Amino acid sequence: MDPNPKRPKTVDRVDSVEVVNSSESTQLLCSIDPNRKRAKTVDRVDSAESTQFPDEVLERVLSLIDSHKDRSSVSLVCKDWYNAERWSRRHVFIGNCYSVSPEIVAARFPRIRSVTIKGKPRFSDFNLVPEDWGADIYPWLSVFALAYPFLEELRLKRMAVSDESLEFLATKFCNFKALSLLSCDGFSTDGLKAIATHCKNLTELDIQENGIDDLGGHWLSCFPETLTSLEVLNFASLNSEVSFDALEKLVSRCKSLKVLKVNRNISLDQLQKLLSHCPQLMELGTGAFTQELISGPVTEFKNMFSNCRNLITLSGLWDATPLYLPVIYPACARLTFLNLSYATLRSDELANLLSHCKSLRRLWLLDTVGDKGLEAVGSCCPFLEELRVFPAHPFDQQIFLGVTESGFVSVSRGCPRLRYVLYFCRQMTNAAVAAIAKNCPDFTHFRLCIMNPGQPDYLTKEPMDEAFGSIVKTCTKLQRLAISGLLTDRTFEYIGKYSKNLETLSVAFAGSSDLGMEYVLQGCPKLRKLEIRDCPFGNAALLSGLTKYESMRSLWMSACNVSMNACRALAKEKPRLNVEVIRDEDGADDSQAHKVYVYRTVAGPRRDAPPFVLTL
Amino acid sequence: MDQTRSTLDLFNNVDLTTELRLGLPGSDGKPENVKSSLSGNKRTSSEMGSSSCTDENESRYSPPTKEQVVGWPPVRSYRKNILQVKKTESEMGSGMYVKVSMDGAPYLRKLDLKMYQSYEELIKGLQVMFKCVIGLYSEREGYNGSQHVPTYEDKDGDWMLVGDVPWEMFISSCKRLRIMKSCEARGLGEFV
Repeated sequence: MDPNPKRPKTVDRVDSVEVVNSSESTQLLCSIDPNRKRAKTVDRVDSAESTQFPDEVLERVLSLIDSHKDRSSVSLVCKDWYNAERWSRRHVFIGNCYSVSPEIVAARFPRIRSVTIKGKPRFSDFNLVPEDWGADIYPWLSVFALAYPFLEELRLKRMAVSDESLEFLATKFCNFKALSLLSCDGFSTDGLKAIATHCKNLTELDIQENGIDDLGGHWLSCFPETLTSLEVLNFASLNSEVSFDALEKLVSRCKSLKVLKVNRNISLDQLQKLLSHCPQLMELGTGAFTQELISGPVTEFKNMFSNCRNLITLSGLWDATPLYLPVIYPACARLTFLNLSYATLRSDELANLLSHCKSLRRLWLLDTVGDKGLEAVGSCCPFLEELRVFPAHPFDQQIFLGVTESGFVSVSRGCPRLRYVLYFCRQMTNAAVAAIAKNCPDFTHFRLCIMNPGQPDYLTKEPMDEAFGSIVKTCTKLQRLAISGLLTDRTFEYIGKYSKNLETLSVAFAGSSDLGMEYVLQGCPKLRKLEIRDCPFGNAALLSGLTKYESMRSLWMSACNVSMNACRALAKEKPRLNVEVIRDEDGADDSQAHKVYVYRTVAGPRRDAPPFVLTL
Repeated sequence: MDQTRSTLDLFNNVDLTTELRLGLPGSDGKPENVKSSLSGNKRTSSEMGSSSCTDENESRYSPPTKEQVVGWPPVRSYRKNILQVKKTESEMGSGMYVKVSMDGAPYLRKLDLKMYQSYEELIKGLQVMFKCVIGLYSEREGYNGSQHVPTYEDKDGDWMLVGDVPWEMFISSCKRLRIMKSCEARGLGEFV
């Protein structure tokens, strides 16, 4: 099989609905000679024709462009550029697996080595999408086996992956190197066994947060002794114990290992042994960070991190106690990303730890640290760009209040470079958010979750409209926004009017009327993903976006006020959209559309839709 | 802590019952829907006395009350499972329930030490449970000034003053608690 298929001249052009962006390289190439002759020869090697820009040169230049958005722009310039681009593309990114078919992808891009695919709508993470909805990877793999037998990398998010698919992947692609599964489901550790056993050149196995059937840790022992190429190994989310002996041997023979994230069963003793074999690690996820004997010798572990001079990311730290946490201090000064979202730290413990972490850029926490802990964040981490605070007890309000608006404000005062925030809290005020926006005008991602739906400003009792108003007015670079609390249409008016760069908007339990959604659809020129649940938006709102949806990746509306007829009308008007309704289990009210998923596609209606998904 | 409790109470007039299924992560690929009850928006705004919101919201949307709210708050299944596992471990196995007696009370109580993260929280819990005042700990004087003194029996069978050792050491060695009357407890503090 020829890994570099020869390139014929004529090609079917596929309709593209992407928006053209300008890029420097595109402009540069454009300025040379817009009227150059097209090369007439079929054989690429013969470049004797009088083109100022032979195909090989164009391809060579284009091969330096990585961003898929830029590549989309390049492909829209003219037919020659479209061809040159498609032949030089090595990585394809598919943001919605149903927006295109594997056959279309294979026909357009002959030389792909790396594929990234996202499947289910994001709300499937929160159980809003029934099981067996779709997004099966298998049809893609069977096409790729023929089109890209030398495929090296596969990165999947929210796809349905079976053990058969994993086995197929492991056995049909002889050069396969990197597998990353995030938020996928449908497979078990048996599938991982197949990967470990058959992929002789494996460099990356990254298994994160999937609905996986954990049948035991034997898969790790399936790596052959000849495998020395591993650079990334992440099995932190798997619960079963692996053979430590096998793991230790694997780690010691893979000299290029850069990322190692083990699961909770790996003890501190074992971690120390592992680290002695791979001091070159850049990213480490520890196991349980405590030992049975609390009065045990901590001094033994003191040097565990001293030799890890390249460590910039640290996670895991399950059950970390103040007794053992100081063990990581030697590595703290170099850390740029610290994930403490599995460690139930208190404010004082966090403060002590953070005083050593002056280079921190990204920090993930549990709200057990409280507002006091966040004060420490503000005072110790001036370079912080990303903060995520997760709730330790999201469903049990009586136990612990968690963090409040005051913690958030403290962080904003000390960390003016904040760009990305995810914040779960039980109370918030408009004034606090206004202050936060003022302190951190560079927000690109602002996700605020006030956990009680429809909760107003707890001091003034007003809706939280002004809070999000201040964010969109001040933070002009905002790309992603998630709103919560008691919100009227005014919030949406602000969003539509001010968020010129907004691409993703998540809405829940908000708004007063159709106007809300209409404001957003009429404003927000760069909107790509809109996901809405439990809001009073109805048919007029849905249909107001008629001309907009083709420029977006997708729209999700559930538990709103949309009727089947309105969905049918939308589907009829816009044949290049798939308008899908997920039927309610009890099938109570058939005239209402309880869950609507609308997305642009060049692949036509789904052929694999389960019975509860109606394509209109 | 008390202040924050009352803030919570304002929002939580309804009985908040949560049902968590303690399944192993990944056992069926999809965790159970979590049921949680919420106070309706309408009720909340009227409690708060907010006239401004009711004015603006003519076609007011009322979220479900006391019903299953699937997928809210938007915490990923994986994270829920991790925390559930933590809760399981603390509720079963480790045996952190200790008997608590108070001098003069007709019967004893049982307390789960794992529910608390610090002495401060434990003392507050004891104060609520027994309707007494224990007050603040100081290394020199113990709980001087208050009517009641918290003590505990450690692994060796000795009666110790609560608060002297680090929290972690305390919960690993505490076998039972006793709230003594301060007149009786004077002996404990004297030799410090």
